[in-house]
Amino acid sequence: MTIDLSGWSCPLPLRDEPNIMLGHGGGGKMSAELVEHLFLPAFDNAALRSLGDGAVVAGASRLSISTDSFVVHPRFFPGGDIGELAVNGTVNDVAMCGAVPRYIAVAFILEEGLPMQELGVIVDSMARAAKAAGVALVTGDTKVVDRGHGDGIFITTTGVGVLGDDVEIGPDRARPGDAVLVSGTIGDHGMAIMSVREGLDFESTIKSDTAPLNHMIATLLEAGVEVHTLRDPTRGGLAATLTEIAVASGVGVLIDERSVPIDRVVQSACEMLGMDPFHVANEGKLVAFVAAEDAERALAVMRGFEIGTRAAIIGEVVAGHPGMVVAKTAIGSTRVIDTQIGEQLPRIC
Amino acid sequence: MKYLDEFRDPELARTLLDQIEATVTRHWVMMEVCGGQTHSIIRNGIDKLLPPEVELVHGPGCPVCVTPLDTIDKALAIASQPGVIFCSFGDMLRVPGSDRDLFRVKSEGGDVRVVYSPLDAFRIAQQNPDRQVVFFGIGFETTAPANAMAVHMAKTHGLTNFSMLVSHVLVPPAIEAICSSPTNRVQAFLAAGHVCSVMGYADYAPLAEKYHVPIVVTGFEPLDILEGIRKTVLQLEAGRAEVENAYPRAVQRDGNPDARRMLADVFSVTDRNWRGIGMIPGSGWELSEKYRDFDAAYRFTVTGIVTKESEICRSGEVLQGLIKPNQCEAFGTLCTPRKPLGATMVSTEGACAAYYNYGRFTESEGAPR
Repeated sequence: MTIDLSGWSCPLPLRDEPNIMLGHGGGGKMSAELVEHLFLPAFDNAALRSLGDGAVVAGASRLSISTDSFVVHPRFFPGGDIGELAVNGTVNDVAMCGAVPRYIAVAFILEEGLPMQELGVIVDSMARAAKAAGVALVTGDTKVVDRGHGDGIFITTTGVGVLGDDVEIGPDRARPGDAVLVSGTIGDHGMAIMSVREGLDFESTIKSDTAPLNHMIATLLEAGVEVHTLRDPTRGGLAATLTEIAVASGVGVLIDERSVPIDRVVQSACEMLGMDPFHVANEGKLVAFVAAEDAERALAVMRGFEIGTRAAIIGEVVAGHPGMVVAKTAIGSTRVIDTQIGEQLPRIC
Repeated sequence: MKYLDEFRDPELARTLLDQIEATVTRHWVMMEVCGGQTHSIIRNGIDKLLPPEVELVHGPGCPVCVTPLDTIDKALAIASQPGVIFCSFGDMLRVPGSDRDLFRVKSEGGDVRVVYSPLDAFRIAQQNPDRQVVFFGIGFETTAPANAMAVHMAKTHGLTNFSMLVSHVLVPPAIEAICSSPTNRVQAFLAAGHVCSVMGYADYAPLAEKYHVPIVVTGFEPLDILEGIRKTVLQLEAGRAEVENAYPRAVQRDGNPDARRMLADVFSVTDRNWRGIGMIPGSGWELSEKYRDFDAAYRFTVTGIVTKESEICRSGEVLQGLIKPNQCEAFGTLCTPRKPLGATMVSTEGACAAYYNYGRFTESEGAPR
């Protein structure tokens, strides 16, 4: 994939230094220039502008906090880049307990030699993602490591969100009878990354689904949907997410395999490599456990979003087989859906 | 990709199941040879839909499961050598050797890489002329043509830094070994469709005749498998023992002649020790004399290998269809995919892994075992 970096413009003096150098993490003038000329204009807001070690922000009686590190390789992939992912990933984690994400702190670990232009593009994309999600990047830190000691760029983001007094959403709150929904096709992100990482060509380009989910969640709550559990099925995919919830809530989850939306190209790619799309990562999808009577309303809300047009009710919570996810298979039998041990490995034949 | 949903159609599946039910009058034991079929059967729950008279036992067709332990230990030793780039298909990485696996070697600093094709390893060798690149060439007849092609290309390009650790195994001698065993209870075979897409199915006719067993070439999707079972039951009930092709969209009688020519050039038949089963005469391929220079077993001197198998693992009996995975005392307790005692609990094609990952729930019990 070719990345067009030509659109990125950067004020002097960063232009004179085409690559990240150790000095950019040294805490001196070069560090300050990076902050003033790159980060500040991109993420501009009042809290950040004070450039203190910590940001002072407005709060609430209940907060949701989450942190996540992003080490994805390659840094640019169809449908997004590491910067956008770093913002959306943390926004989504904060939002999954029903909170409204407000602030993000970001730590960059940059490798000496990283092209300044690439950092610029990533930072711009983070700024756009933050704007789309409605969060402010209020504080941050930058370290530079010797060439060979990093993979270009690692980003850690920490998000803070405010939580309404009456919102009670958690992985342990699923109840027998709940409907299980997923907000769209599964496996897109993982297969997008794999296809570029391994140089695999499929019928058409698979794009990452990276997207903020906080607006969808807010709308679900505004619509009065009784939401018990929300999760974004990132690493480990839908299978790990459903299993975690089944275990945490002490319930069984029964899904209908055929009702789970999967893009045809993603499905084909998985078949070819011997991967199971249920175990492949997503970055812009959520799984919702809602009261059965609210299922259709929740579905309508999800489908009202561009990222939710293929949302579906995929199953229900049952009292039997606690801690276990069982799928009705395409031909009308059953099977267990379990968490993978580690990475999914492409099979031999 | 077309033809996915088409071969998972629940109504057509029901029709085939009804036909099987209407035909079967007594208990029959049939073996699906290929691990890919085992997984499809358990993952789709086909075994739970069949009438109780039809018993499926799972065969030895899991390539990583039957790769001999000393070959895996040799691979681990070669992969640990400085300067070596060791390339393998993904599901070989977690297969336990005597004391560790390739993942462990990688974490200890070995340059172990997952590739999707042996030709990727060939390219890595071209790009790294100062490193020795070794590909772990295992599998049945299915993976052999691409492995043969990689070796052939290395020879054609005069690559001196590419070699292959070969442990290929062949299906027909394995079927013969099972049929001739005094403890055998298999009365018919679903032959592995993808093996036959390469080799054809002419080799199976003498086996069907000698041991009076129906052998039906079968595919991998749920409807393919049900059709294979249906044809097998029809033969058994009629007292016939013929070779039949239930996978004609992929398999022709003579297989793929171009691939077979390449295989005949690159490989020669050898005796092979199957992990858990033992020595089966003429059941393997090694690199032929002409390609000996590319054989990693000759290029690298590995000594001092002392293999050590788990004493409680019964994967050999599983691979021969003598027991079902859940009849092993260690299944799901001492042996899980997280802490496997044998390769059958590791591989995506291993019967124990299939039972553990997909098959722990039974409708009648309503709860996990």
